[in-house]
Amino acid sequence: MTRYHTYDAVIVGAGGAGLSAALAAGKNVKTAVVSKLYPTRSHTGTAQGGMCAALANVEDDSWEWHAFDTVKGSDFLADQDAVDIMCKEAVTAVLELERMGLPFNRTPEGRIDQRRFGGHTRDHGEAPVKRACYAADRTGHMILQTLYQQCNKEGVEFFNEFFVLDLLMVEGTCAGIIAYELATGELHVFRSRSVLFATGGYGKMFKITSNAHTLTGDGPGVVYRKGLPLEDMEFFQFHPTGLYRLGILLSEAARGEGGILRNKDGERFMENYAPTIKDLAPRDMVSRAMFSEIKAGRGAGEDNDYLLLDLTEVDPEVVEKKLPDITEFARTYLDVEPLEEGVPVVPTAHYAMGGIPTTVDAEVLRDHRAETVPGFYAAGECACVSVHGANRLGTNSLLDIVVFGRRGGLAMTEYASTHPLPDVPEDAHEHAEKWLASLMEGDNPEPVADIRETLQQEMMDKASVVRNEDSLTQARDSIGKLAERYAGTRVRDRSKVFNTELTEHIEFGYLLDMAEALVVSALARTESRGGHYRDDHEMREDEHWLKHTFITKGDGGDPSLAYKDVTLGRYTPVERKY
Amino acid sequence: MQVTLRVQRFNPEHDTDPHFESYTIDADAMDRILDCLHQVKWYRDSSLALRRSCAHGICGSDAMVINGVNALACKVLVKDVKQPITVEPIRGLPLTKDLVVDMDPFFSGYLAVKPWLIADDAEPEPERERIQSAAERERFDDTTKCILCAACTTSCPIFWSDQEYVGPAAIVGAHRFIFDSRDAGGRERIEILSGKNGAFKCRTAFNCTAACPRGIEVTKAIQEVKQAALFGSF
Ligand SMILES: Cc1cc2nc3c(=O)[nH]c(=O)nc-3n(C[C@H](O)[C@H](O)[C@H](O)COP(=O)(O)OP(=O)(O)OC[C@H]3O[C@@H](n4cnc5c(N)ncnc54)[C@H](O)[C@@H]3O)c2cc1C
Ligand code: FES
Repeated sequence: MTRYHTYDAVIVGAGGAGLSAALAAGKNVKTAVVSKLYPTRSHTGTAQGGMCAALANVEDDSWEWHAFDTVKGSDFLADQDAVDIMCKEAVTAVLELERMGLPFNRTPEGRIDQRRFGGHTRDHGEAPVKRACYAADRTGHMILQTLYQQCNKEGVEFFNEFFVLDLLMVEGTCAGIIAYELATGELHVFRSRSVLFATGGYGKMFKITSNAHTLTGDGPGVVYRKGLPLEDMEFFQFHPTGLYRLGILLSEAARGEGGILRNKDGERFMENYAPTIKDLAPRDMVSRAMFSEIKAGRGAGEDNDYLLLDLTEVDPEVVEKKLPDITEFARTYLDVEPLEEGVPVVPTAHYAMGGIPTTVDAEVLRDHRAETVPGFYAAGECACVSVHGANRLGTNSLLDIVVFGRRGGLAMTEYASTHPLPDVPEDAHEHAEKWLASLMEGDNPEPVADIRETLQQEMMDKASVVRNEDSLTQARDSIGKLAERYAGTRVRDRSKVFNTELTEHIEFGYLLDMAEALVVSALARTESRGGHYRDDHEMREDEHWLKHTFITKGDGGDPSLAYKDVTLGRYTPVERKY
Repeated sequence: MQVTLRVQRFNPEHDTDPHFESYTIDADAMDRILDCLHQVKWYRDSSLALRRSCAHGICGSDAMVINGVNALACKVLVKDVKQPITVEPIRGLPLTKDLVVDMDPFFSGYLAVKPWLIADDAEPEPERERIQSAAERERFDDTTKCILCAACTTSCPIFWSDQEYVGPAAIVGAHRFIFDSRDAGGRERIEILSGKNGAFKCRTAFNCTAACPRGIEVTKAIQEVKQAALFGSF
């Protein structure tokens, strides 16, 4: 049986971006949040280090400095109009979260405390600055909890454990979504004047990642299959400090508080790569430095394949009070005592800079000429505004999700108040129904898990921190073969109740799409910029490449590329040195 | 090494009662129980139903009973548990399928205590942040850690026999606000928690404190809420 619902605003995803949008829209129009996870399970909850805003509570600061750092950190690919909005609104965003009850750590004067974070500096690169507002090392947890609490206070409606399968489009206008209810196996049609996607990242395409099992790019996947473009997919951030083998994140705050990266000889190698800010250089640089150290045989351990995060010189009280969770991760998962020894770390796939292209009001772009899709919005990690360009600075994502989630919610309110409810054809759900039925028909030749593992290894080996034409071509070819194998697989479990084999199966399909988009975009970009580093094109080339990639799946299924100019502003591209 | 798991299975579409199935798999001593369950699901029986997301003890999806003890499957390592490893769903909430229970009653209990900041309407909106001293912030630090995994509530013998009881997690949620210097809703919440399904149902069994994967002193928080209700001191 199919069920029908009608709303003014439907928000897909209940992480920080989705809940910020829901709060903004929910106060004004009939709003529903549809999420495959209970809201508090969203990956925003794992964010540790902080959210930047130039409050200047601890040291002199200004939003322009924050904007400069963001643009420089992005390797000049960020759109500077969007960056200005984000850094200006950061201050109100943090203060508003405080008013909602977020328990930020405090200064001795009782103000919101701030700490250092990679790439954030005073006066255009002069020295590191204390800009990150934080709640111990569970800032994301507190943001997620606070927003969830406020949504409940405001009476926002939630559809939890509803898996969104498709976007309804009527004559080029967004008309709603189709979702699958995990508890019952029923399909739900949500008609809506406006829809916002806030489905998070897709780090699960890599073997070593800080991302949750559920971060599979469902939102961008749906968009890509609809023939709409994705932007800057080649830029994927590797965070320097993931727990060895596991990828679980140890926040940059560890280095912000004085932690140091060392190689097997105990050498503080970042001094050689970024003499001014050393261990607090942006993530892409530190990750590459770590790769070089390992490649040069200076990695630690039996196989010389990791480096050490040294916290032994940090005041033990600071470690226990300000970094309690991450020290516990090292103890629990690696059996390592961070107060006494270095913690084995490797770069871990962390953050998708690319995603669904949007305006600064979260409106989704139809193409690289900046036409929009009426009624359709996206925000958060699944979107690309673009404020992070080729490399995101730490603490700027929590900021992005709150600022642009809210802007999206406000834009939806405005749109829904002035536009009629689009008609949805009676058979709107049939396509999804047939799709699910076909997945559950016939025998399954091999476990999807095997195909997934191969993809994750391939992406790690050939499309991660260092890439080149050969490795990317090989990755593209294997993705093609894996997609063929995947097309032959079927869901064995035919149950209607909590069939997570079905949802995992669908999720993997989206991951394959994300991997394809990443690799094809990366192959075309014959330069190095931010998180995209090619050892066959080591230089940044602004004449050719100061532009955003737009990738679209054509009718025949083959991807095609187009480009959109970067919006420049006060800062002209210069070499990025720290 | 070889690891044997005994997993409780139940599919409401054809089973009347739950039963156990055993699976022997290859695992590493440092693997999480969640990794073992994935081995089963991905390579042995794809129909096994469980919830999980972050895989490192933060999202609160995978509270289960592991060898008789409530824990997160992603936070217990093979090396730390005896074999065969028995895995059951948490108790006291309606069973949906295999290791999945209906969490809606749990979340309703949590929301019943109004777990959101209730500002004092009489106070003018501050232009900047409200001032809160580090000590005032510290007062409720412990209870801000809650990830709503339900490990505490579903380890509570009172909750097993009476699901009208709001349970430890909800009281922890209330504590987090009652002792926040910025909150003015203490009285409302205390009223709710002084009722027949509130904090005074707690018989200080301490199961909840032992079960909390975040190390929150749950029983202590409940005691503090009871004290606040009795003496109005918060
Ligand atoms: C370990 C870690 C630490 C981090 N630390 C920081 C930090 O200190 N500072 C910082 O700024 N950033 C940090 N980040 C990055 C930041 O946390 C994320 O980028 C951000 O939280 C993403 O938020 P989101 O709302 O876009 O998505 P998420 O929080 O991931 O939420 C995605 C939502 O979409 C829903 N969803 C997905 N697919 C579907 C579907 N098919 N149907 C229905 N619902 C669906 C999910 O249920 C979920 O609710 C960190 C990231 C990680 C992984
Ligand atoms: S999977 Fe998130 S807590 Fe275990």
